[in-house]
Amino acid sequence: MRNESRPDVPASLPDERPPKIAVRGLYKVFGPDPSRAIRALREGATKPEVQARFGNAVGVADVNLEVAAGETFVLMGLSGSGKSTLLRLLNRLHEPTSGSVLVDGIDITGLSRRELLEMRREKFSGMVFQQFAILPHRSVLDNVAYGLEVQGVPAAQRRERAQQAIELVGLAGWEGSYPHQLSGGMQQRVGLARALAVDADILLMDEAFSALDPLIRREMQDELSELQARMRKTIVFVTHDLDEALRLGDRVAIMKDARVVQVGTPEELITAPADDYVAAFVEGVDKSGVLTAGSIMQPVREVARLRDGPQTALNKMRRSGLSGVLVVDDERRVIGYLTSERIVAALRDGGAKEGDRIATALMEPAAVVDVDAPLSDVIVIASEGSGPVAVVDGGRLRGVVVKGAILAALARPSRDPAEARDEGQVVATGTGAGRSAAEARHV
Amino acid sequence: MFEFRVPVREWVSGAVEAMRDGLGPLFDAFADGVEAVIGALLSLLQWAPVPVVILVLAGLAAALAGWRVGLFALAGLFLVENVGLWQPFVQTLALVLAAQVLILVVGVPLGVLAARSDAVEGVLKPVLDFMQTMPAFVYLIPAVMFFGIGVVPGVVATFVFAIPPLVRLVSLGIRQVPADLVEAAEAYGSTSWQRLVKVEVPVARPSIMAGVNQSIMLNLSMVVIAGMIGARGLGAEVLRGIQRLNVGQGFEAGLAVVILAIVLDRVTASVGRRRTRSA
Repeated sequence: MRNESRPDVPASLPDERPPKIAVRGLYKVFGPDPSRAIRALREGATKPEVQARFGNAVGVADVNLEVAAGETFVLMGLSGSGKSTLLRLLNRLHEPTSGSVLVDGIDITGLSRRELLEMRREKFSGMVFQQFAILPHRSVLDNVAYGLEVQGVPAAQRRERAQQAIELVGLAGWEGSYPHQLSGGMQQRVGLARALAVDADILLMDEAFSALDPLIRREMQDELSELQARMRKTIVFVTHDLDEALRLGDRVAIMKDARVVQVGTPEELITAPADDYVAAFVEGVDKSGVLTAGSIMQPVREVARLRDGPQTALNKMRRSGLSGVLVVDDERRVIGYLTSERIVAALRDGGAKEGDRIATALMEPAAVVDVDAPLSDVIVIASEGSGPVAVVDGGRLRGVVVKGAILAALARPSRDPAEARDEGQVVATGTGAGRSAAEARHV
Repeated sequence: MFEFRVPVREWVSGAVEAMRDGLGPLFDAFADGVEAVIGALLSLLQWAPVPVVILVLAGLAAALAGWRVGLFALAGLFLVENVGLWQPFVQTLALVLAAQVLILVVGVPLGVLAARSDAVEGVLKPVLDFMQTMPAFVYLIPAVMFFGIGVVPGVVATFVFAIPPLVRLVSLGIRQVPADLVEAAEAYGSTSWQRLVKVEVPVARPSIMAGVNQSIMLNLSMVVIAGMIGARGLGAEVLRGIQRLNVGQGFEAGLAVVILAIVLDRVTASVGRRRTRSA
């Protein structure tokens, strides 16, 4: 899913298609006579300065963003940073003071009330709120059907679609219940199902999981990720929780005092924070879920080929000062792992002769992870054996991760993990635990 | 203290007379309309034999507010019939219902407007205060001048007296609908009307029904006063008891008002609490 987090793909946009949502020069200033406040903001005045000079509260200042179709885009910031205001400008729950918001290329700031209603119904799957905002007088089914009901979808059809959405969020059997009978987590599932039932492209989520207790929150995040993997909606997700932002976001925009400070993939924010504010923000974060195998891997110094004989493989190891090498086939698919110890033993016992091809018996299974696998998965795999972890992309060997690199990445995550590379090319002998391919998905 | 006296008295009298002369036909049409509605209600209530009407009314109360209230209504209505007050009771019920319809038709939309607009609320607030605190007898006089003696000025005076709490509580209830519910309605592309009937009114229902309940109680308390200006019914019976210094007769009529009040109160209160299902 997180194509744009791969090192070889530019981080800005996943593809060449026009953005789903484009925000250009957007300002939201509350209070009378906002034009002078905007003028001051354009000249670089900060939100507190404008507040002090003109008395206007600044919601959003000079925001330019593009959200790609199918992307999960997180707006992240502390309270008062303008993230929820920005979200509400995207469907014009707030009227922009200046600037434009383009949804599928249409500037929504110029729409009439009627056109705006149409646009909200066609393009947006409604919105998911922090306090759920489901109707206390309606059953689960009728709550979920709300968006369809206002669109005039016939009763039978909307019941069917609402039912599907309810099953999707795991609330089957609760259709006839009322909100006061449900726990917070279940109420938010109703809120999510209500949005999914509409089945439009864009899903807006405002601190959707912030009111839930940590275990339920984590569960909902995982479920949202699973649903998103299937549905590929364009999600704009507001949160003040950095861990949540990094876990869910393909890209994250960090806001401070009504402005966007940095937009980037989770890895970019951690490895290359734009300023001290972002750096301070990401300092305490659990990096193991954000950094990927690809971001901490090192180039492969030496591999053995399948057609190499035992002596050739041994020579390669000795030349490069390694105690073991990965064995690949002609297409650089990882076949196994070979240690010098076993070759030496086999040659001595006569189990292998000079000139033989590498016998599969001599190889051990190699530990392999996908290039997108999060560091937390790499740690698990690496700890199961003592050999290096092969990093593959589309099945082909791209690099290796050694334990030293993992530790370095965890210890100094805001630096370039490449610094760790030359410190840890230690390949110990021993049994590389077998794990064919880590189906580790990050989001 | 001063020779000059602010001519409030003259202004009001002049305005009332001007209105009577200028808007006479309008008032007459209104009076005819109200009388027609009350007449229709009355003939509906008198259409069937008395025991049948009592059973239907008690059944209605039981269906809306539970069997206890139904049982109370049954006993109360039979008592009213037994002491010979059925005819004035029905007249009063018709008056109360007609006034209440008028109060609801005007009061609920006014409350919604006041909730949606601070300007409307700002204008309405002092007007409502005025209507609520001005002694009811004072506006009985112009009501009689406009509509003559009878049931219509009673309805108008009741309307003026009983509408303020409804407008206030409708406005308050809708303003107190949580902002995120309103945002949700908007985000899903609801029209203003859909937002009102699918979200705001149902969520504000306890408050709205409290307003309905309050206005009905005030409405009933005007019944006796309406009797003074020629509206027939329990109010007229109470007055007759007072005029004859017959405590027992006055009490009987008063008790009938109380029975009606209790049943209507319980019914409206329970409608306010109930959850509704919608498809």
